[in-house]
Amino acid sequence: MLEQQFIAYNSFIHGLDPRIKLVQAFILSVILALCSSFPTLAAGIVGAMIFYFLSRLPMQKLLSRLLVINTFIFFLWAVLPFSYPGETVFSLGPLSASREGLYLAMQITLKANAIMIIFIALVSTIPVPTIGYALQQLGLPEKLTYLLIFSFRYIFLLEEEKNRLLRSLKVRGFRPRTNLHTYKSYACLLGLILVRSWDRAEQVHKAMLCRGFQGKFYSLYKFSMTKNDFFFFLISSIGALLLLMLEFVL
Amino acid sequence: MKLISLKNISFAYPGGRTLLEELNFDLNSGEQVGIIGPNGSGKTTLVHIIMGLIKPLSGQIEIFGQEINGEKDFQKIRPRIGFVFQNADDQLIYPTVLEDVAFGPLNLGYSPDKAKELARATLARLGLSAFEQRLTHHLSGGEKKLVSIATVLVMQPEALIFDEPTTALDEQTREKLIQIIGELDIARIIISHDYDFLAQTTKKQYLMNKGRLVFDPSVVMHKHVHVHPLGHVPHKHEE
Repeated sequence: MLEQQFIAYNSFIHGLDPRIKLVQAFILSVILALCSSFPTLAAGIVGAMIFYFLSRLPMQKLLSRLLVINTFIFFLWAVLPFSYPGETVFSLGPLSASREGLYLAMQITLKANAIMIIFIALVSTIPVPTIGYALQQLGLPEKLTYLLIFSFRYIFLLEEEKNRLLRSLKVRGFRPRTNLHTYKSYACLLGLILVRSWDRAEQVHKAMLCRGFQGKFYSLYKFSMTKNDFFFFLISSIGALLLLMLEFVL
Repeated sequence: MKLISLKNISFAYPGGRTLLEELNFDLNSGEQVGIIGPNGSGKTTLVHIIMGLIKPLSGQIEIFGQEINGEKDFQKIRPRIGFVFQNADDQLIYPTVLEDVAFGPLNLGYSPDKAKELARATLARLGLSAFEQRLTHHLSGGEKKLVSIATVLVMQPEALIFDEPTTALDEQTREKLIQIIGELDIARIIISHDYDFLAQTTKKQYLMNKGRLVFDPSVVMHKHVHVHPLGHVPHKHEE
């Protein structure tokens, strides 16, 4: 499930302060989401690829991730040109594709891929718990931070629980079909997972009380910025400004 | 000196039968007590009452010579009694081992650096230094158990309670656990079905029976040194 395959590499990007990476990923993706001119979006893709090469992640893994998001985008290409009103470019039987629809689909494709690559390079190279602490230092409320951290800790146990229950169904001859029995069994399974998570939450809370928990969390980690972080922040901010200029000035 | 003293403790789950009935129990400093009893006899409930995790219907609790009433009092004494839960997954809440062991000291008000130092020292003492940066969910069942003991020992408790510590442990981890417990010079209560384990880690054993703790000096705990079929099933040797 959550394998975090991208944190196990070493690169300039991996060594950066996670706070800087999160802030830059946020700024750049907001800018790209708001822009619509093709030169800006193309520049966004180029910028994203620079981050990607700096992170030295294997190309194959990047492509397999992009494949997932582009599968969704494929459906946009199948629908948008034919449903968006505008000048007809070509027709398929009774359906006619509009130029505006094609442009829109193209824009979405470029935006989505650029933002995805930026996130793979900048955010997926941070371990999940560290993302939590970095967000907390950036001002995310404590409760949300620990919600993220606890979810990450216990989601694996929930998965195990699910697998155990599924196995016990299987050994008793259960085979999923499209019938009421299957739906009922899955409903019971979901219900059981919910009940057991509740029990576990209670036990975990008790265990925390035993270890002196009094409603306040303390973090072990502090982050510190280095020259590299400053340099990276400066350069990528200039990049972000250039994107804005391409969009609104030129 | 009495560390823990329970007087006339009664408890029943809402709508259930009476689990503990007018139970009395003392733990003195240096005492090593084992509690045996069938499933559902109230062993775990008893130790949860000591930690203030469950409220008894009636009775008095005195810990470290002070009467304990309500959550505020329990908050003060909990860090001084180490409690090892039956299921290590309930006890390990952080994604990495070091953070988890440091959780207790941080709650006690130590600085992050000091907490880290204490956590490292405890892990080293248990021979777990290599686990520091491991993700908790990648540990095996036995490793989780040992780490969960580290999370308790790091708080330097004055008494320890183990709830079924040998559940689902392999032989090797079980031996290691016996060794670790043997090296601890603190009063302890151990709940277990594992007679041999209790014989090796405690000096005095109680039986949980009909809502009370019974001390039967005629039951002599012995370590099995002989081999026979089904020897792992709890049993008694007739005279």
